[in-house]
Amino acid sequence: MSIGQTFLGLLESSPRHGYELKRLYDERFGQGRPLHYGQVYATLARLLKSGLVEVDGVEPGAGPERKRYAITAAGVTDVGQWLGQPEKPDVYLQNILYAKVVLGLLTGRDATDILDVQRTAHLKVMRELTRRKTSGDLADELICDFALFHLEADLRWLELTAARLDQLAATLAGTQTVGAGTPTHDTSERRDGSLA
Amino acid sequence: MITSSPGEQPLLSGIDLRKTYGSTQALSGATFHVRAGEVVAIMGSSGSGKSTLLHCLAGIVRPDGGEVHYQGRQFGAMSDTERSALRRGDFGFVFQFGQLVPELTCVENVALPLRLNGSRRHEAERRATEWLARLEVADVAAKRPGEISGGQGQRVAVARALVAEPRVVFADEPTGALDSLNGERVMRLLTGAARQTGAAVVLVTHEARVAAYADREVVMRDGHTRESLLAER
Repeated sequence: MSIGQTFLGLLESSPRHGYELKRLYDERFGQGRPLHYGQVYATLARLLKSGLVEVDGVEPGAGPERKRYAITAAGVTDVGQWLGQPEKPDVYLQNILYAKVVLGLLTGRDATDILDVQRTAHLKVMRELTRRKTSGDLADELICDFALFHLEADLRWLELTAARLDQLAATLAGTQTVGAGTPTHDTSERRDGSLA
Repeated sequence: MITSSPGEQPLLSGIDLRKTYGSTQALSGATFHVRAGEVVAIMGSSGSGKSTLLHCLAGIVRPDGGEVHYQGRQFGAMSDTERSALRRGDFGFVFQFGQLVPELTCVENVALPLRLNGSRRHEAERRATEWLARLEVADVAAKRPGEISGGQGQRVAVARALVAEPRVVFADEPTGALDSLNGERVMRLLTGAARQTGAAVVLVTHEARVAAYADREVVMRDGHTRESLLAER
């Protein structure tokens, strides 16, 4: 998550203090990982230096002076460009589950068990997320659904792989015979990509 | 909300169930338990035997081997009439395509299990109307199934499954014909209402997001439940 552009988005509706930006960010996007104050003020200092925000006012308080920040015209342009750009889709080519299945087969272990154990772990997390979304508000629901759809994609891959284990085992056995003496990791990487 | 405690005896059990259709072995030693108030998902790929397991547990299909026990009674020892009475009185069903009677209005469809159990029409339709409201489809009461959307139809089907307050609800791919949003709504209402009434739910699904509404899952592969597969090794 780009903290800077998220702050710009939150500032576009009205100027805010740093602590207010932190509270809004933590509430809406933090998901149990709140920002440190150091991150907040370092980000604001960077935005200030780039001319994307400006100090809108300073209020004296019991402790240090409290600055209120406002977005500049350049800041509005910047956040507009960011919102208009697609995020790079993650293609998940470095797949540890695939590596475990291949290593399980290569070492004579039961790859079905590897997949079953993983399925159980995935479903446990999915049940927790489902409980959270059914007892939460719409924001909780949308955030949990994002996670649930991704976990479901993993499970669909697990099912597909379980159905292809014999085929994969035969292919790996062939590769080992043909490729004896050659590094096997090159082959694995090619297979990794072709499965995604 | 009524929930079961882990030590409670199973309400319904299938033990070492076997079933063959022609040359196809649909069940080859499947074991399953559900306690009162528990929601259990049966998962697995197409052809893994999950629907056959549900049909055996519900007394719709007689297994070739193994036993089904409901409240301590063995299905095999019951007559067809007794099993039919059990299905009408204690069990509720939700299928993938609702299977509502097209000639009846929605309220008449929901009232049907009560009417079959001998309730008078007025009382049956009063309770059916309440259940339509609980499932958030009160507005379609007077419409026929052909006049409502798939999502509404499935919620009417859930109301029909729950109206007689069964002890076990069997749901076979209840969201299979619905989009994500309607599927979520059906699952939320189905599991919420079942938990409130204390009914056990046996949920067959191949969708992990649907199974995540359950308290636990049983995975089937080649006619085995996962537990029985691991136990054989």
